[in-house]
Amino acid sequence: MSATITEKIFSGRCAREVVAGDVMMAPIDAAMIHDITGPLAIDKFMEMGGTTVFDPAKVILLFDHQVPADSIPAAQNHVMMRRFAEEQGILNYDVHEGVCHQVAVEKGRVLPGDIVVGSDSHTCTYGAVGAFATGIGSTDMGFALRFGALYFRIPESIRAEAAGAFAPRVGAKDLVLSIIGDLGADGATYKAVEFTGPAMEAMDIPGRMTCCNMAIEMGGKAGIVPPDATTHAYLASIGARTTRKEDLTPDDDATYAAWKDYDVTDLVPQVAVPHNVDNVVDVTDVAGIPVNQVFIGSCTNGRYDDFLEAAEVLGDETFSPDVRVIIVPASRTEYLRTLRAGLIERFVEAGAIVEGPSCGPCMGGAFGLLAPGEVSLSTSNRNFRGRQGSTEAEVYLCSPATAAASAIHGVITDPREVA
Amino acid sequence: MEGTGHAVCLGPDIDTDIIIAGRYLRTKDRSVWAEHVLEDLDPALAPRLRGAVIVAGRNMGCGSSREQAPVALKEAGVLAVIAPSFARIFFRNAINVGLPVIECDGVPCTAGEPVAFSLDEGWVKAGGVRYNARPLSVRMQEILDAGGLVNYWRAKE
Repeated sequence: MSATITEKIFSGRCAREVVAGDVMMAPIDAAMIHDITGPLAIDKFMEMGGTTVFDPAKVILLFDHQVPADSIPAAQNHVMMRRFAEEQGILNYDVHEGVCHQVAVEKGRVLPGDIVVGSDSHTCTYGAVGAFATGIGSTDMGFALRFGALYFRIPESIRAEAAGAFAPRVGAKDLVLSIIGDLGADGATYKAVEFTGPAMEAMDIPGRMTCCNMAIEMGGKAGIVPPDATTHAYLASIGARTTRKEDLTPDDDATYAAWKDYDVTDLVPQVAVPHNVDNVVDVTDVAGIPVNQVFIGSCTNGRYDDFLEAAEVLGDETFSPDVRVIIVPASRTEYLRTLRAGLIERFVEAGAIVEGPSCGPCMGGAFGLLAPGEVSLSTSNRNFRGRQGSTEAEVYLCSPATAAASAIHGVITDPREVA
Repeated sequence: MEGTGHAVCLGPDIDTDIIIAGRYLRTKDRSVWAEHVLEDLDPALAPRLRGAVIVAGRNMGCGSSREQAPVALKEAGVLAVIAPSFARIFFRNAINVGLPVIECDGVPCTAGEPVAFSLDEGWVKAGGVRYNARPLSVRMQEILDAGGLVNYWRAKE
């Protein structure tokens, strides 16, 4: 029978044919917890009578939101989770390894066809390697840690088919922002978004991660790219490999809630303006707006490829003295790669602050907060009111290229206009 | 489950960051979350939530998966949250922590006026008019009746 990727994944893991709308208790291939939602999940696990987790090898545990500990309560949370990892025999990546979603993928903890849950809404990022991955709350995570399974309502899917090839300095972030602008902040609620088509096939894993990461910003339960030769080459490069044989290519005649065709050929750099992620405009509509802070990083755009994109725009220029430029690699691996390529040196020379791998200013928890009236341009995923500090501050979202161009000039700048 | 409370009106796209800001997620003290709930929207709102029924716009609870958001609302004394649509993770978290969430179209909101609801019969009453709510699954109703997933599971074992 014709099926979406989501239906194929659940059918494979539940050993029976499932269709959208079915409610299933499905097995969990990996469960991710971090320092913000993990302590509460561990409490719930205990409250539900948990003594040992379902499989320590399937639990991904790390600290990324408040690292190194930015307060005594944060430090206490870290201590509690370290102890839990040790008692349960769970590999602890601790504070130095990076942002949960980047680490989970680059360490090969997520494979095509897996069902993965994480107590973080951007867990949908793992769809970039062909997994069904979704964010859950701490109580559901407590249940998943104990039983290794969770109730799922198999979601309907939206097919987002992207044709064409990107113009220079336009890329994955611009595509996903334009899709969010089209579908709206709740346009994919309860649904999985399948990113397909020639533009996705030509895209490397980092770009696919950017797209899947932001599925939640349209309400999506998951974002998924069909695993292909690019996926398998990536897995081989990190020493991971799937033994699953199922074909996860979605059938064109499967039942979709909606089928949307996009063409990236004429796409221009996109910017999400305050205070909703679906307020998306062409960069030309907001060019010239002064910015106080530019953040390049996060699980959305904190990879080597993103820093390379920013560095190519930066060239030999320096950043505007009126802008605080904060660079935060998404993981230790991506940091080292960026460092060894000489890009970190270039950014520091140009006037940037480089911080260790973490969520950084994205969540407004740890550092890099905004004062009332300030404007941030950010490569992260949310521009909600108050997200990066004061409720009277404004956050604009964009690609690394747009961020770099704007950081040079101190105002929102079209990256295509920088030599 | 049934109840009546005074209406607190919220707009569409209320995200979980605005329900409880990231800066309050270091603690596990629920009273801190209750004290600061919806603070960035209206600092005077938290004390008015005791015995309240929130009537929100579409996409209620979007954004971060933080379960602290429905816990903060419940701890502050919110009886139920009504909206034409909810973000998926918030909806499931609310049920898991025993906060009634009711999907219902067209409910008018006048701040302070009474709003009644019945989960068992699937309706909301406001301004003398009764509105049909979308029914919850039997399992979700049972979890809410038990006061959340932890209690539900304890009773089963």
